[in-house]
Amino acid sequence: MAAPADTAVRVLPLAHFLRRESERSMLRVSTAGSVDDGKSTLIGRLLHDTHSVYEDQLEAVRKSPVNRSRGAVDLSLLTDGLRAEREQGITIDVAYRYFSTRRRTFILADTPGHEQYTPNMATGASTADVAVILVDARKGLLAQSRRHAFIAALLGVPELVVAVNKMDLVGYSRDVYESIRTEFQALAPRLRGARLSFIPVSALEGDNVVERSARMPWYEGPALLEYLESIEPAASLCHGPFRFPVQMVIRPQDGFRGFAGRIVSGSVKPGDTVVELPSGRRTAVERIVTFDGDLEEAVAPMSVTLVLADEIDVSRGSMLAGAERAPAFSRRFEAHTVWMSTELLDPGKTYLLRHGPHEAQARALAVRHAVDITTLDERPAPALGWSEIGLVLWETSRPLAFDRYADVRGNGGFVIVDPHTNRTIAAGMIEAAAEDPLAARRAAPQHFRASRVTPAERALRSGHSGALILADVHSAAAHGLERRLFEHGADVILLDQALTPLEPLLEAGLLVIAPRTSGTGRFPVIALPSQERPEEAEAVVESAIEEMQRRGVLAGRDEFNAGEGI
Amino acid sequence: MGSNGDTSLAHLRWLEAESIHILREGAAQFARPVLLYSIGKDSSVLLHLARKAFWPGPVPFPLLHIDTTYEYPEILEFRDRHVREIGARLVVYTNRQAVKRGANPYDLGTARCCQLLRTQALVQALKEGGYDAAFGGARRDEERSRAKERVFSFRDRNGHWDPKTQRPELWSIYNGRVDPGESMRIFPLSNWTEADVWRYIALEKIPVVPLYFAKPRDVVVRGGTLILLESGVRLLPGEKSELVMCRLRTLGCTPCSGAIRSEADTVDKIIAELREFRRSERENRVIDHDQDGSMELKKREGYF
Ligand SMILES: Nc1nc2c(ncn2[C@@H]2O[C@H](COP(=O)(O)OP(=O)(O)O)[C@@H](O)[C@H]2O)c(=O)[nH]1
Repeated sequence: MAAPADTAVRVLPLAHFLRRESERSMLRVSTAGSVDDGKSTLIGRLLHDTHSVYEDQLEAVRKSPVNRSRGAVDLSLLTDGLRAEREQGITIDVAYRYFSTRRRTFILADTPGHEQYTPNMATGASTADVAVILVDARKGLLAQSRRHAFIAALLGVPELVVAVNKMDLVGYSRDVYESIRTEFQALAPRLRGARLSFIPVSALEGDNVVERSARMPWYEGPALLEYLESIEPAASLCHGPFRFPVQMVIRPQDGFRGFAGRIVSGSVKPGDTVVELPSGRRTAVERIVTFDGDLEEAVAPMSVTLVLADEIDVSRGSMLAGAERAPAFSRRFEAHTVWMSTELLDPGKTYLLRHGPHEAQARALAVRHAVDITTLDERPAPALGWSEIGLVLWETSRPLAFDRYADVRGNGGFVIVDPHTNRTIAAGMIEAAAEDPLAARRAAPQHFRASRVTPAERALRSGHSGALILADVHSAAAHGLERRLFEHGADVILLDQALTPLEPLLEAGLLVIAPRTSGTGRFPVIALPSQERPEEAEAVVESAIEEMQRRGVLAGRDEFNAGEGI
Repeated sequence: MGSNGDTSLAHLRWLEAESIHILREGAAQFARPVLLYSIGKDSSVLLHLARKAFWPGPVPFPLLHIDTTYEYPEILEFRDRHVREIGARLVVYTNRQAVKRGANPYDLGTARCCQLLRTQALVQALKEGGYDAAFGGARRDEERSRAKERVFSFRDRNGHWDPKTQRPELWSIYNGRVDPGESMRIFPLSNWTEADVWRYIALEKIPVVPLYFAKPRDVVVRGGTLILLESGVRLLPGEKSELVMCRLRTLGCTPCSGAIRSEADTVDKIIAELREFRRSERENRVIDHDQDGSMELKKREGYF
């Protein structure tokens, strides 16, 4: 096979071009709504009014004996899928729709809204840039709307838009809309930093779906489609730390050896230093190879093949990462876990965990708590069942090179597979690395061996062991925590930059409060919640201290709360 | 329908990157994958992407063509030439038994004929070849039941698809675990639309079968559909042939593919024409009219 000629010209601009365009040109949208909220009608209307429906499809719908709308065509039928579902008149799986306008291409994941379909909602939300949450104006804010918002936020969807539907049935009343809006707005602090917008619509009549409606002059915002066309996706993938999970080694006869994969975050240039995990070895990128010629730069989400400067051992499942901001590397981590099997999570069982191309055996060591997905309250739970979500401490047979899901979405998610049925039974979003006692014992680094003061002796004197506390370092909570710990005699320091390696500080027994991009494989990691409001800082400090006590970082049970020094 | 310029170019590059990722996952997770090569525009794009995915290595799996014996000579000629040029391995399979028993759409009806010569042939070919995964060029925008199908779509020992027990598929993590005898259909073009396919063909200058381009052709109008008379489609009593400027929008068997009236004789004109289209591409496949929801039935039985 010969490479096509004269392709080199396009090469340099491609990365620049993608950096500039790729995330603006396409938007992935997920929808969720309860039966009868009007989701199918809304999507049908979007497809219809953007001319994304062919006439024969429309005819088929027109001829259908079912018509639950008042109009000539029941637009909801356009998006209704499988036979069985059509008979039941409901949508029961994630369905993907495609439409485009002059400004953007949209991929829409259409999911059912009933509680038992949490897994489907999570699936649809996993890749979404924006979630459309449907609320029936007559019914107001129901448990299901809250559930949709929470699931979308948990799955890292940065933008949530609440479409208050059926405005025609409430006389296009501003008061109805405003009261739903106010009520929903109160959830904002629990939505993990996702941005909230609101649009009053009538899917049936088409008000504020594609065109702004004259019937709600009090509403000055965009119509739904306008909103979808204009929002800027939050953080760009290209600006994150470089992460390249290796899918396969490409090694034709002629001595070429390249590593094929897709950049899930960041960018890379020939000459860049990368670290290979699990080996921890550093090397440089020599070439970025593609069918269309070598590249001067590649950015997420491009699929490329990298040639490295040194012969190091790289295989499927290896991670090549930017040496500056290396990922966490640990066998233990806590992850919000969506359980998708009718069989309960079983702590005695060995599962398979898939993290990109990396596969390992995994066990659930503990369920820290289950999350009530309607209120976001945490409650103790021994296990998780169908459709439940909880924070689970996982342990894998081999360490994973990961980031917190909230930091690098493409490198913080994994799925759990049942090795007996081969089915995908859970999905996880990593919150934080956890202490790995095995690794700590095994890997006492050489440069600390000269020290004759043991960690236990240090802990005895200071009242705590070394630990990493991830925080927004300029927040009131981070400062409050540092102050509180200090005043109780702890050895604590707040860093305003991610420092690598942190190990010397932690080995010296310090409590290190550092930016969320920091990591350690060997010391306990505590993550403060992000996005706290200033008035919540105090509560955040309290709960961090409790967690540190619970996890044995702080020796004394009471002192830190009691206002006495240690 | 749709977008132009920079937006669509960036989108094509995104689709390309995603498809390459999926092709590599399939190649890495399975011992004996195969690429279903129907010679149509979608599988031409798929094959092109496979060449990119493993470059500078060769495409690490064979191509499989299900020859129904009702193929256009032009397609077979294109197939052999293209495969030779790119140095790929080709396997051709025909349901010989059914052909020997005289399977044809006139006596059996299109549904039954298709079931034997395509669906059953495919299931047999995969079984006989010992393939544990088959890449196909199907897209989710083609048809309603496809809209819900996974990228890695599980098939049981009989090659059947169960829409009710699909594996959840989050992010771009694909679960390809199967037991012996079971298999996976893999759809790297899931997120492409018909317009994306043609724009990409234009962008990458991918060769496609000339039947896609308009020229004056002998046809018979049958049930509102234009059937090409090339390659010996039988005229039924009372029918007569006409010369019509037309082209195929999708490829199928000679007696069952409808042509459309069109002046589009270049890829750019086809793209322009697509913007005007008010009708879906499947409409021109005679087979899909047989039954409402027929695609889902076929898929459950193992059709692509
Ligand atoms: N009056 C009114 N009815 C609506 C509106 N949107 C949907 N409906 C009706 O509500 C019912 C449920 O709509 P459908 O789209 O099937 O809901 P889904 O179950 O959420 O997909 C149907 O009878 C629709 O015609 C709306 O904006 N106004």
